[in-house]
Amino acid sequence: MTNMEQLTVKGLTKEYEKGKRALKSFSLAVPAKGIFALIGRNGAGKTTLIRILSTQLSPTSGTAQISGLDILKDTDALREIIACVPQEGRAVGWLTPRQFLSSYLMWRGFTSKEANLLLEKSLDELGIKKYADTLNRLLSGGTKRKVLVGMVMASGAKVIFLDEPTTGLDPISRDELWRTLVKLKKDHFIFLTTHYLEEAEKLADKIGVVEDGKLMALGTMAELRRKVKYPYSVKILSDHTVIKPRRGELIKGVDGHYQIVTTEKEAGRISKQLINRGVKFSMNPLTLDDIFYYIVRKPIEAENYDQQEYY
Amino acid sequence: MTSRSIISQLKASIMVNAIYAMINYPIVLVSTILAPFSLLLVITFISRGALTPIAIGGALIMTMISSGTSLQQDLSHLKNDFKVQDMVVSSPVTAWIYLLGMSISELVYALPALVVLTVLAALYVHTSAFGYLSIMGVMLVMFTFACSLGFLLSTLSSDVVQGWAFSGIVSTVLSALPPVYYPITYIPKPFQIIAYLSPATYAAQIVQNVTGLTSFSPTTIEIDWVVIIIVTIIILTLAVKRSKWRED
Repeated sequence: MTNMEQLTVKGLTKEYEKGKRALKSFSLAVPAKGIFALIGRNGAGKTTLIRILSTQLSPTSGTAQISGLDILKDTDALREIIACVPQEGRAVGWLTPRQFLSSYLMWRGFTSKEANLLLEKSLDELGIKKYADTLNRLLSGGTKRKVLVGMVMASGAKVIFLDEPTTGLDPISRDELWRTLVKLKKDHFIFLTTHYLEEAEKLADKIGVVEDGKLMALGTMAELRRKVKYPYSVKILSDHTVIKPRRGELIKGVDGHYQIVTTEKEAGRISKQLINRGVKFSMNPLTLDDIFYYIVRKPIEAENYDQQEYY
Repeated sequence: MTSRSIISQLKASIMVNAIYAMINYPIVLVSTILAPFSLLLVITFISRGALTPIAIGGALIMTMISSGTSLQQDLSHLKNDFKVQDMVVSSPVTAWIYLLGMSISELVYALPALVVLTVLAALYVHTSAFGYLSIMGVMLVMFTFACSLGFLLSTLSSDVVQGWAFSGIVSTVLSALPPVYYPITYIPKPFQIIAYLSPATYAAQIVQNVTGLTSFSPTTIEIDWVVIIIVTIIILTLAVKRSKWRED
C-alpha cells in the first residue's frame, strides 16, 4: 500500500493549556478507504485527534499524513480533499437545508449553479428533499444530522471526518444514517468517532480503541475479537463480589464492575456459583463492549481483593 | 484557487449572514434601518435641529462601528453555537476570504440604513466634495478597524457568554464613551480625557470638522487621522497574528 492510500499518524501529542495532555504520542496507520471508527470513552482523545487531522487544531508535537498530504505542511492541498462534521456541529438555524448546503459548497469554491446541482443530488439521495425549504431550526434531530451529512456528501471531498455523528439520535434515525454511511464509504474514506460500540461494529472496516490519549488496539472486528482468548463473558453486577476463574481472566471494567472472560464451560460453572449465592450477574458471548472493556481494563490491585468477598 | 472560486466564497458568507437572514426573517430589515436613528433623532430634537448634521455624521460612523460589533457577535454565534467555523476551516476557504465575506455581509446588512443616512447627509450636511470624501475615508477606516477587532475577538471567544462580554465591552468603548453624535465640548472635562481613549472620538472629530459646525485646527485633524489609521493598523496586525483559525 502506498502513502497515497493511507492515513498515517506519527507520535501525535496534544497538550492543552493548564497541562492537560489529550493525546500522548498517538500513532496509527490505516488504509484511507472504507470506514475507520475510533472508539473510546468521553475525554479519551477522540475529538482532539479528529480536530487535528481535519486541520482545525495544531498538535503540540508529531504529525500525520492523509493520502500522502501532511496535515501541517500541505494544509491547503489537504483542505481541498477533506470535509468535517464537528461533534456539536449544527445546520444554521435561520437557513433552510438548501440555503445551508448551497453556502457551504460555495465556501468550498463551487459556483452557485454547480452548488445547486450537487445539493439537489445529495438531498435526493438522503431522502430529505421534501425538507429542503424548511428552516433548519424546525427540523427533527435526525433530519438536521442528515443535512450535515448531505453537506459533506455534496462537497466532493474524498475524506470525511464525522465526530460522533449519531449521538442523540433515535434508533430509526440512527439506522437511516448508518445506511447512508455504508453507501458513502464505497467512494469515500470515512473517519468517524463514536462511543457506540455497536456503531463501530456495524459500520467500520477497521476499529481503533483509544483510552487516555493512547491507541490501545487497532484492527478489524475479527482481529479485535482475537485479542481476547476466551469467547464468553460473565459480568458481576454486585459491587462486593469477586470470583477467581479456573480458566480465563478476571478484569475490572471501566464502570468498576468485575468481569470474567472465560470458556463456555467455565462461564456455566461460575454462573451456577453466582446463582447459588444470589449474586446479580450477566453472561453472554463476547461482544465489542466486552472487548472494549478488556482492552481498556485497569490492573486489579491486590489490596482490592482483601476488601471484597472472594470466592 | 481561481478568482471564480474566491467570488463564490465571498458570496457564501454574504448569503449566510445577510441575504438569507433578510429573506427568511424580513423583520431584520426594519431593525437594521431603525438602529442608527435612535440617537440621531434624540440629538436632533434636543438641539432643535442645530446638531443634525453632526448627528448624521455620527450615525454614519456608528453604523460602521456597529457592523464590526455585529461581525464579532455573528462570527461567535456561527463558531460556538453551530460550529460553522470548524466546518469552514476544514475546507479550501482561507481565514481572510471568510473574514472579508463576513465583513461585506455586515455592510450589506447595514445597507438600508446607509442609504437613508446618505440621503439625509446629502440634504443636511453641506460640505465640499473633499468633505464627503473625508467622511467616506473615516467610515472605511472605522469599518476596517471594527471588523478586524470583531474577527480577533470572535476567534478568541470560546463560548457565547464570553462573546457577549467582549461585545458589551467593545460597545461601551466605541459607542457609549465617545461623543460621536455631538461635539466633545458638550461633555465634562474628565470625561473628555476618557473619551480620547476611544478611536471613535478621533473619527468623530474629523467628521464634525467637515460639517463646519465645530472647528478643529488642521494639526488636530491630522493627528486624528494618524490616530485612527495607526490604531486600525495595530488591530489589523493583531487580528492577523493572534486570531485563531487553526487553533493552538
